[in-house]
Amino acid sequence: MGGAQIWCKDVSSLKGSAHKGYHATINALICKMSGRKYLCGDTGAGMFGKNLAMAGKHLGLKVKIFMGTKDIARQAVNVKFMHDAGAEIVPVDSGSKTLVDAVSECMRYYVSNCETTHLAVGSAIGANIFSKICVYSTSQISIELKKQLIKQFGKIPKLKLINVIGGGSSALGFWNEFIDYDKKHVELIGVEAKYAAPLATNAKLSILHGAAQYCLTNKDGQISPTHSLSAGLDYPGSSPMHGFLKDAKRARFTFASDKEALQAFKLVTKLEAIRPSLEPCHAFAECIKIAPKLKKDQIIIVNNCGEASKDKKIFLKELGYYPS
Amino acid sequence: MKNLINKTFLKLKKENRPALVTYTVAGDPNKNQSLTLLKRISKHVDIVEWGFPHNCPTADGKEIQNSSYRALENGIKLNDIFNLVKKYKKDKNAKPLILMGYYQMVFNYGEEKFVNKCRQVGVDGLIIVDLIWPYNKKFASLCKKKSVCFVQLIAPTTTNQRMMKIIKDSHDMIYYISMLSTTGGKLKVTPKTILKNFNKIKKINKNKNIVVGFGITDKTISSLKKADGLVVGSALVKTITDSLNQRRDPLISAEKMVKKLKSKII
Repeated sequence: MGGAQIWCKDVSSLKGSAHKGYHATINALICKMSGRKYLCGDTGAGMFGKNLAMAGKHLGLKVKIFMGTKDIARQAVNVKFMHDAGAEIVPVDSGSKTLVDAVSECMRYYVSNCETTHLAVGSAIGANIFSKICVYSTSQISIELKKQLIKQFGKIPKLKLINVIGGGSSALGFWNEFIDYDKKHVELIGVEAKYAAPLATNAKLSILHGAAQYCLTNKDGQISPTHSLSAGLDYPGSSPMHGFLKDAKRARFTFASDKEALQAFKLVTKLEAIRPSLEPCHAFAECIKIAPKLKKDQIIIVNNCGEASKDKKIFLKELGYYPS
Repeated sequence: MKNLINKTFLKLKKENRPALVTYTVAGDPNKNQSLTLLKRISKHVDIVEWGFPHNCPTADGKEIQNSSYRALENGIKLNDIFNLVKKYKKDKNAKPLILMGYYQMVFNYGEEKFVNKCRQVGVDGLIIVDLIWPYNKKFASLCKKKSVCFVQLIAPTTTNQRMMKIIKDSHDMIYYISMLSTTGGKLKVTPKTILKNFNKIKKINKNKNIVVGFGITDKTISSLKKADGLVVGSALVKTITDSLNQRRDPLISAEKMVKKLKSKII
């Protein structure tokens, strides 16, 4: 492509195929240490559900995963995995049948069972403490990255860190160690799905799932429906912490369409051995947009936060092929 | 602050019975019918709660969710609800009215504008389920200034220390959530336990009127009549849904149910 150097932090090579492994492990540990035997969580793309099922199984916890029926259909690979790992999948058929309703239903379940159950919120959303647990966990990504950068470059070079944003858990983990750097030194770029982009489209400050955040709503205050080919991004709200980074002008937020994400998948998989899922394809799409215009000494790092096999069916349908 | 809610409780104390409080959703099944229904049941009810529907109702079980979605599908907006309240308050059977809903709707409308509008159309109280203490302090004092009763919530998990602070910041009425559940759950604690907690709150300040809600049906209501008031929501909303599904008149079934509830607490 020419232009900037493009590096990739391949978080998808984790055992659970996504950054959600960190987040799920910490939640399962909290559950275990607080003496609870039951763990409930929400999932959109099924990555958090999959990792929570794994972590729960490892620690001998009973896991319940809430998932929209639309997402159950389009992320069947992950659903099977969760099932095989012994988790119970609770289909959520209300509202949009996607992540926003799964989160609501999971919170309802928790309210009724909070004495025996730990609530693992699947992203950096929900009431204060849940966002914090999430970002504390996913921060492992940036702790690791910082060490790798110093090993590679001998210092923290001038960077652009590009990350996809649904709720915002991987981005906050990818950026955490770099937030205190000057934005001219380390630029943070968040990429949302085009029709689920509260941060990039300046949505109104709203209250959803126990937190004030930028969220897509209609004039009367009702939460708006969203669309994304990617189940993990099909969510009207955003992490309050991203709202803060936006207000503080520390991060820049933009979006990519379904089509741009698919094109990015084609190019990335043609050139490299990595296989990004639909979610990080949005980050790669932004990288492809900006990299050619930059100089050779510019370093871009894209967080490849999820692995593609869960989306094989979608890629086959949309592109007509799936790379081996 | 002496508003209609307080007067109602004083009156009922003389009659030595709890207040019958009902919850229905504004705009369900449609704008006009929801108003007619509210007027019809008001003959038998002491205080009415009216839900302003939100499409992400995280505290509600299936019954109230369905009712809210139905109302929203039929196009209800906040301003419609205020207009309906105004009409309701002119009815000869009108009772103190409490609007109940989620903070997003208030926040989006503007807190001050919302409370002013409430006062203007005759809303007597507000329950904002997800605006918890201490985050509701500013809003509650805004309500107080406009003589709108802000109803604080207390749950079985509320610690004593926190309970004392909540009661200190409360107005005439407090809502005690009987059990850990969303709305519409089956009562899973004994009436004895509920009344024990009720008395614990009462001991802190006996002048506060404490209503008990969640899990109250025609089967459980009589065992709890020592409370200052009892809220029936999901059971009533379910009756409306069932009537609609069976092509019966929801107004008749709702009125019948409310009469039955009343008979069990006098």
